[in-house]
Amino acid sequence: MSGIRFDGVCVAYDGNTVLDRLDLTVEPGEVMALLGPSGSGKTTALRAVAGFVRPVAGRVLIGGRDVTALPPHKRGIGMVVQQYALFPHMRVEDNVAFGLKAQKAPKSEIPGRVAEALEMTGMAAYARRYPRELSGGQQQRVAIARALAIRPGVLLLDEPLSALDAQLRSGMLAELARLHRELPDVSILYVTHDQVEALTLADRIAVMDRARLQDCGTPQELYRAPRTEFTASFVGNANLLPVTVADGGAVFEGRALTLDRGRAAPGAAATLCVRPHLLGLGAGPNALSGTIAEVQWRGSTHRLYVDVDGHRLKADLPELRETPALGDRVTLHFEPRDAVLLAAGVSRA
Amino acid sequence: MLVHSRAGRWAAWGLFGLLFLPLFALPLLVVVAASFATYWSGALPSGPTTANYAAAVRGESLQALTTSLITAVAASLLALTVGTWAALAGAALRRRGKRLLDALFMLPVAVPSVVVGLAVLVAFSRPPVLLNGTGSIVVLAHTVLVTAFAHRSVSAAIVRLDPAYEQAAASLGARPAYVLWRVRLPLLLPSLTAAAGLCFALSMGELSATMMLYPPDWTPLPVRIFTATDRGSLFSGSAVAVVLMATTLLVLLAVSRIRTRASYR
Repeated sequence: MSGIRFDGVCVAYDGNTVLDRLDLTVEPGEVMALLGPSGSGKTTALRAVAGFVRPVAGRVLIGGRDVTALPPHKRGIGMVVQQYALFPHMRVEDNVAFGLKAQKAPKSEIPGRVAEALEMTGMAAYARRYPRELSGGQQQRVAIARALAIRPGVLLLDEPLSALDAQLRSGMLAELARLHRELPDVSILYVTHDQVEALTLADRIAVMDRARLQDCGTPQELYRAPRTEFTASFVGNANLLPVTVADGGAVFEGRALTLDRGRAAPGAAATLCVRPHLLGLGAGPNALSGTIAEVQWRGSTHRLYVDVDGHRLKADLPELRETPALGDRVTLHFEPRDAVLLAAGVSRA
Repeated sequence: MLVHSRAGRWAAWGLFGLLFLPLFALPLLVVVAASFATYWSGALPSGPTTANYAAAVRGESLQALTTSLITAVAASLLALTVGTWAALAGAALRRRGKRLLDALFMLPVAVPSVVVGLAVLVAFSRPPVLLNGTGSIVVLAHTVLVTAFAHRSVSAAIVRLDPAYEQAAASLGARPAYVLWRVRLPLLLPSLTAAAGLCFALSMGELSATMMLYPPDWTPLPVRIFTATDRGSLFSGSAVAVVLMATTLLVLLAVSRIRTRASYR
């Protein structure tokens, strides 16, 4: 059982800091998603674990062992990257056997472990094929089998599903969840920019932005009670409204709103976070009226963009029988328990 | 560029023929015609004969052909080894070191090959390393001349090689030497064979440096062609030239038929 620990890890290229003092622990057997936009430092963090970038400060530990100065081949990791990187001149079985041969596993063990890894990813029937004869999803399965064949304590996944189409992606997501149930001892560091992947698969999510760790918690914590504006908008695309804290609620553009949860002292400036799907149409508690700026039909839901006193709110509603027209005045409302107050200016997204 | 109209396509072929035939094909055809001739006084050669070829594939000419083949194979293998090694080492260097290495390897191309020949001759004409008078001095000079091309083309291929492959291999626990032999070199193989072919062809045709240093018992084919035509035996020289051309083309064709699994990407 081995976990991963980042201990004040800094990475810089030509004086540009791309990872700034990262402190993060991935517990043994845990799936940790590193979620963030491109350029947020998430891939750099993964590459620091793999050993392809050298931190200028801090330490990386795998299973309690300091690996900061170790070359990649001595770290005992498995890695899967976005473009698969299967060796084109080797058959599937030779790709999967590569790590075992490189590590001089006993010759008699290799065929069994290759078969086991291919079985686990459902690719046993393709052992004699070359990578170019496989589809993208099949290549991805082989890449995962290749990484699992060496039985790593730590599995690094760098945007493993980004090159697949949407339908294949949700299938592979379920596969990865199943693999993790079958291999409960493997710690997984999963880099992605896709919040659905992170929310579905991860035990905990570390949200990154501009080279820094912004927030870290279980998917439910981050979704229901984000600590920063960046997390609130990046995970779940929340509405953010500038408010002033009042007793038992907040004031937004002269409207008094009742809230169940609040962390700030009355009178302070804060940001109110409401998820689009928690807004209802029509009169109710905490009513906000405005004009329709845009209507998008998304099959089972309607997304309305409503301008309320110069602030644009997003609302996701179950498919409406009567679609409002642009410029119509509508009223939105939300339950006091469905909004979260954030300290203003923690991180301006 | 795609040409869609029928007339445009004919025009493109016509232009190609107009430029290609006189510049590239005709001179070669003239040599082929001359190789079958006894004398050439009118517009066309006359006195058709195959005696020139009979002489070109036996005796001293045959020996010269063997000498050329051995020299070219040895020089291109040496050049490929040294050039690939240097290219792999250069890829690991920082930008300034890499540029210095590139410049160093291009030096023999920038310097006239006669000068390279002279330099090799002067350098190895006295102990401790006395090569003058042996065939190995010709092989050495050819190696110096063609290594630049091997280094160039292998360097270009290394730049194009996706680092994801070697990183994947390293993450699977492969030591750098294992990655080199099992991943990088196999993936570079198509470029290596192409570079070998280029080096071979260049060495087969090398004359100016060779003239400076060939010993009497190691006369490559181009030298033989030169001395034959210099004596005025234009037609037997042409036959030897056609043999040189055909041999080189055959070997290049054979090398290009080596399809590696990596080239099917």
